[in-house]
Amino acid sequence: MRNAWTLTKVRMHLALRNRAFIFFSLIFPLIFLFLFLGLFARSNTAAVPYMLASVLAITVMGSFWGLSVQLVTFREQGILRRFRIAPVGPGAMLASSILSNYILTLPTVAIEFLLARRVFHMSEWGNVGGIFLLVTLGIVTFAALGLIIASVTNSTQETQVINQILWSAFLFLSGATLPLPMLPVWLQRFALFLPATYLVTGFERVMVGRVGVTHIGAEIIALAVSAFLAFFLSQQLFRWEPEAKVGTRAKVLGAATIVPFLLLGLWESTQGNLRATARTDFLSMEGKNPAPLSVPR
Amino acid sequence: MSGPIIAVHNLTKSYGPVQALRGVSFEVQEGEVFGLLGPNGAGKTSTVEILEGLRPADGGIVSVCGLDPQMPGPAFKQEIGAVLQATALPDKIRVSEALAMFASFYKRRRDPASLLKRFGLEEKRNTFYSQLSGGQKQRLALAMSLVNEPRVLFLDEPTAGLDPQVRREIYSIIEELKQETKTILLTTHYIEEAEKLCDRVAIVDQGRVITQGTPRELKQRSAGTTRIELRLAHPESDAALKQLEGVADCHASDGVYVVHSTRVPQTIVSLVHYLEANGNELSSLDIAAPSLEDVFLELTGRSLRD
Repeated sequence: MRNAWTLTKVRMHLALRNRAFIFFSLIFPLIFLFLFLGLFARSNTAAVPYMLASVLAITVMGSFWGLSVQLVTFREQGILRRFRIAPVGPGAMLASSILSNYILTLPTVAIEFLLARRVFHMSEWGNVGGIFLLVTLGIVTFAALGLIIASVTNSTQETQVINQILWSAFLFLSGATLPLPMLPVWLQRFALFLPATYLVTGFERVMVGRVGVTHIGAEIIALAVSAFLAFFLSQQLFRWEPEAKVGTRAKVLGAATIVPFLLLGLWESTQGNLRATARTDFLSMEGKNPAPLSVPR
Repeated sequence: MSGPIIAVHNLTKSYGPVQALRGVSFEVQEGEVFGLLGPNGAGKTSTVEILEGLRPADGGIVSVCGLDPQMPGPAFKQEIGAVLQATALPDKIRVSEALAMFASFYKRRRDPASLLKRFGLEEKRNTFYSQLSGGQKQRLALAMSLVNEPRVLFLDEPTAGLDPQVRREIYSIIEELKQETKTILLTTHYIEEAEKLCDRVAIVDQGRVITQGTPRELKQRSAGTTRIELRLAHPESDAALKQLEGVADCHASDGVYVVHSTRVPQTIVSLVHYLEANGNELSSLDIAAPSLEDVFLELTGRSLRD
């Protein structure tokens, strides 16, 4: 635990000295904030929480990108093998990645809230407890997913290709940029299998619907189980050496991380009402009441 | 006398079809500086990385400080220090941060500030790792390897790629550690390094220890030839020089003829006569006692630099 905390402090220093980190973790989310809220909520304060939910989801999801690339780069450069000589285990290395990322993302989230309130006149904070829980679980889950990607890829180039594919899906198919109800029905159904969708709809529920944590139980459980699974598996699959290539078994184990979302997706497809609630929240932005059962199955 | 602090018996290791280690055996006593000398690809790094717990062995028995490096738990890691051949630190970490961070991982630790002073890095304490020169990075690596007061220090090619001046700086640091009777296992392909720093040397080639002993013993064990280096006004064939009295071997490289002689006075007399008879003359002549390079050449038929 002590080692993990020491590494966390060092990694925070390293991150704050890295211009790319500053841009992608602070400036990039704020660009999204001003773009979304400026374009779609400038003359409609009712739309601010909905748009802020999207921006928060993008900020939180960004965790997976930087961590995976950093870990693979450290491995390729032989930095990890120097730590391997010391009494430091994979758990401390991985926990410090997630913890430092969490601590450094919180100020960005706080700034986004303050700007939404001051500049875009957001009248309500939403369900603060639910927001905090989603931010925490979201960062841990997506950071752990990043560590899984780092575990199952052999080079920075390979990591970036996979990140790009996943990031595009998370960004455009989860409701983070294009509201879920605006997507074709078949894409909405596909989105039910993406972790990002549950984060986005979770934020919409606690910010727009201002519901309590119990109303987003499925989202919370899926994120928590996935975070635990991803962290556990990334420890098992952790590789210190650049020449240690990943095997097929490891890739299969890594893929197990998405099992909670596959199960949740199947359940939502048949029993759930996520698309209906997403539509309710979307329409409330325009002050409209949704027609009952208007979501095509 | 207590047992060896490092023991290696019949160590084997293969990478696919390539047999990197074919039954390496040696022992290192506490307080000794032991060198593994050999060309690139001889199996030195594989051996040392198995001893550091970084690689699994295929066969054989190894122990370091009475512990098994094949199961490198925290207790094992507390006992060793290492300068790895292929490693780095994050670009934006400061020198003092790196030392303090690694010190914090150990139960037994040295004051990072005193290590900075000792390794001449005080002025660089706030410098980023990426801004250090090659020599400074290597001094930092040495400082980090000592941060836990290790019982055994592994130095894998600690001066490879460094310029001669920096190499000499590193030598003086290792000599200081030697004065402190620190147990050191050093791998190198530099003859000078092995002769200057090591109490005992194992010469390694193609995954085998071909001989071991003190540098002096090894040189005495060589066939008793003396190395004569000469330059001539006009080129001569190696074959002609091999015919001279007392010459065991001769080869030329970059205009320098290296003649191995068993009877130096006779060889020189016959050389002078031969050159006079052929209208040639000596430009320079140096006589040297056999080096570990000669020992290696004699045992393998190849140069360390081949």
